[in-house]
Amino acid sequence: MATSAPTAMKKFLNDPADVLKESLAGLAAAHGDLLRYDAANQIVVRIDAPVEGKVALVSGGGAGHEPLHGGFVGAGMLDAACPGEVFTSPVPDQMVAATKAVDGGAGVVHIVKNYTGDVLNFKMAADDAADEGIAVESVIIDDDVAVQDSLYTAGRRGVGATVLAEKIAGAAAERGDDLAAVAGIARRVDERGRSFGVALSSCTPPAAGKPMFDLPDGEMEFGIGIHGEPGRRRGPIDSAHEIVEVMLEAVLSDLKPAEGAKVLAFVNGMGGTPAIELYLLYNEVDQQLRAAGVEPVRNLVGSYITSLEMAGASITLLELDEELTSLWDAPVHTPALRWGV
Amino acid sequence: MLRSTPQRSAGGSETVVVAPTVDANTIISWLNETEVEIGAQSDYLTQLDAAIGDGDHGTNMNRGFTAVGRALAEQAEQAPPGRLLILAGKTLISTVGGASGPLWGTALRRAGRALGDAETFDGQQLAGALDAAIAGVVELGAATPGDKTMIDALTPAAEALHGGLDAGEPIGVALVAAVSAAQAGAESTVPLQARKGRASYLGERSIGHLDPGAASSVIILSALQQVVDREQ
Repeated sequence: MATSAPTAMKKFLNDPADVLKESLAGLAAAHGDLLRYDAANQIVVRIDAPVEGKVALVSGGGAGHEPLHGGFVGAGMLDAACPGEVFTSPVPDQMVAATKAVDGGAGVVHIVKNYTGDVLNFKMAADDAADEGIAVESVIIDDDVAVQDSLYTAGRRGVGATVLAEKIAGAAAERGDDLAAVAGIARRVDERGRSFGVALSSCTPPAAGKPMFDLPDGEMEFGIGIHGEPGRRRGPIDSAHEIVEVMLEAVLSDLKPAEGAKVLAFVNGMGGTPAIELYLLYNEVDQQLRAAGVEPVRNLVGSYITSLEMAGASITLLELDEELTSLWDAPVHTPALRWGV
Repeated sequence: MLRSTPQRSAGGSETVVVAPTVDANTIISWLNETEVEIGAQSDYLTQLDAAIGDGDHGTNMNRGFTAVGRALAEQAEQAPPGRLLILAGKTLISTVGGASGPLWGTALRRAGRALGDAETFDGQQLAGALDAAIAGVVELGAATPGDKTMIDALTPAAEALHGGLDAGEPIGVALVAAVSAAQAGAESTVPLQARKGRASYLGERSIGHLDPGAASSVIILSALQQVVDREQ
């Protein structure tokens, strides 16, 4: 029987160079009631922006993590998203255009995942926006416990907590909090949130046409990022029960939640893992957390911050308080998250 | 174009020496040469980046310097060298993305600001501009020598350039030494463990690979040396 080359890319696309633009145009075509796509500036903007008097939220980063960030533009979450090419940071011009498009006079919060490229480009954009008289507060999200936060690394990566920070800070902005308060809420989510990811397969950026790394049959990678970065270690694929034990141990030993803590448990798919497996993982997470004396009072299960078609999952735990819980429960209406409306 | 203008020697004696100066045409030739060289070595840079980063350094730098070439060609009237560098820096920031865009964009912008609106500049001013570029990169990226970054190539290059000029060498000769020092500095990143950027996630696994940013720094400095050499 003839076999095709194992590394051949099988993707729906026209021209690899047009993947991002065509995908954003599709997002706008599908959700024209919620957002618009400004092709000239390559940004996605909430349809009713700027909302007068409301603090605006802008986020962005390389594409390939959909629905993050464009899928979270809408009421109660982001006012604009700036997508870069796949796994490449956007440029300051996009961020400045987005910041200007959404500023309703109350200032703009930039939610930045902690990657060197994203941080540097957002820093330059914040300076430029300040020069134009727009007040900007930047919040860096760095929740990935797989990376040691030390002088010897670029610091922890921003992963799952980004989704939670965008939702919760978005709700704070919607209820009328001022700039410092909205940024403070986002920082609190980052401080109280921790994540850990695993991969069962690599992923293939359309422009590269080949997988980011090789993962032999029967092996998995522990502690991966969302750009095909390698993890802490590689090993044989254990049972889901054992894998969740490892993931939760990594998160809980770092988060050190209070006795009887209430948490939001977020089981996130990396793009190539079906919902049946994500719910199987959530079952393990729910049982193991309760056994450890931690109560998952809120949850999110699904593929929200992905790494193209990678098979894998991440677990994020956010230690809740009353305010964070009520902001999580507040209405949200975006392409990828919707409740209460 | 390189011109010779009379200039007092660094020693402050009465001797009048002939020191070459550099003008806007040199800067344009340099940036065009960089565009060609980065384009030719784009795959090499991307391969280096694939080993310890995310495999887009060549693609991103190529996109940036192609845009720089276009921006220079579209200028209505010729700007002084400093302005050209600021234009190139802004263009890189707007087109490259990743960490390289802000870092190289800031480097060229700071170098341009250091040169100001002068129509020509000499070796010492060039060395001062390189110092300003490095200071901008360090301020933004917070890298120190030994972190396995572009700084490991640029810092020894600046030292060699200053050393040569202070010893009375003409720009062209001092630049040859600077490129050699950059090359040696880039090669010194191979045994280092990365402490900045995406490569730092690899920890010890980043050892044994040449840093892509250091490699592109050598290409950019080498393009300047070749242009000055050709014009001398």
